[in-house]
Amino acid sequence: MSVAPAEVERPQVVEETDRPWITLVWNDPVNLMSYVTYVFMEYFHYDRAKAELLMLDVHEKGRAVVSNGTRDDMERDVTAMHGYGLWATMQEDS
Amino acid sequence: MAEVHDLPGDAVGVEISLEEVEVALLLSLAAQMADFIAPQPLESDDPLVALVGIDPSAQMSDDPALQRLLPDAYADDPDASAQFRRFTERDLREAKVRNALAVAEQLSGSPSVVMVTGAAIAPWLGFLNDTRLTLATRLELSEDNHDELADLPESDPRAGLFQVYDWLTFLQESIVQRLLS
Repeated sequence: MSVAPAEVERPQVVEETDRPWITLVWNDPVNLMSYVTYVFMEYFHYDRAKAELLMLDVHEKGRAVVSNGTRDDMERDVTAMHGYGLWATMQEDS
Repeated sequence: MAEVHDLPGDAVGVEISLEEVEVALLLSLAAQMADFIAPQPLESDDPLVALVGIDPSAQMSDDPALQRLLPDAYADDPDASAQFRRFTERDLREAKVRNALAVAEQLSGSPSVVMVTGAAIAPWLGFLNDTRLTLATRLELSEDNHDELADLPESDPRAGLFQVYDWLTFLQESIVQRLLS
């Protein structure tokens, strides 16, 4: 008998296994840096700092992972990006 | 030359002043884009197909501009991309057509000032971006040849197209900068 809190064994939550798909946005010579930032803020509700970091990744590294989630989630995000005119694809996270 | 201003007060959006010739250009582009992106009529008689918008015939276009406007969704899975396209491309095309038509609607009557606010913002930005993507594809614009295209002689058929592209870029950039500030 102890007054110490019982050691409850918690199940190991590995979030990644619930979010195995990612959406990528790719660089192109047309989309404006300002517009890409705007879309990331508007659609994903990212703050300006995060949106600009992702935009710079797209611009400088050629692509950025902009979201992750279930396959259905990513199909929704990819379609939304195509609606905005950004070049986006999805894939299983490796 | 078009000018983009903030709306008075805290309202989100912009006010765009346009010359008559600029309104005419935007109207012409909007009509052309709506025609260009519109999906083919469904061949199936199945009412369910029409109802849910599945298009069994949807496939990647041979036209590079449509390839850019309606890209594959899966980076490394052509079959999944093709399947996804049959379920979504028709809706995506229709949404893009609606954007162009919404802009045209606002410009009917050739107003000299247009308020772009609330639900009008997304159609304007979408239409301007889709049009720029389409023109850039026709011009074969790359990271390296912007200056070369800007210096084309007037006699080159691409010169006028590039001027339109450049003007749309200015307009879109001006709107987005206002929305971000």
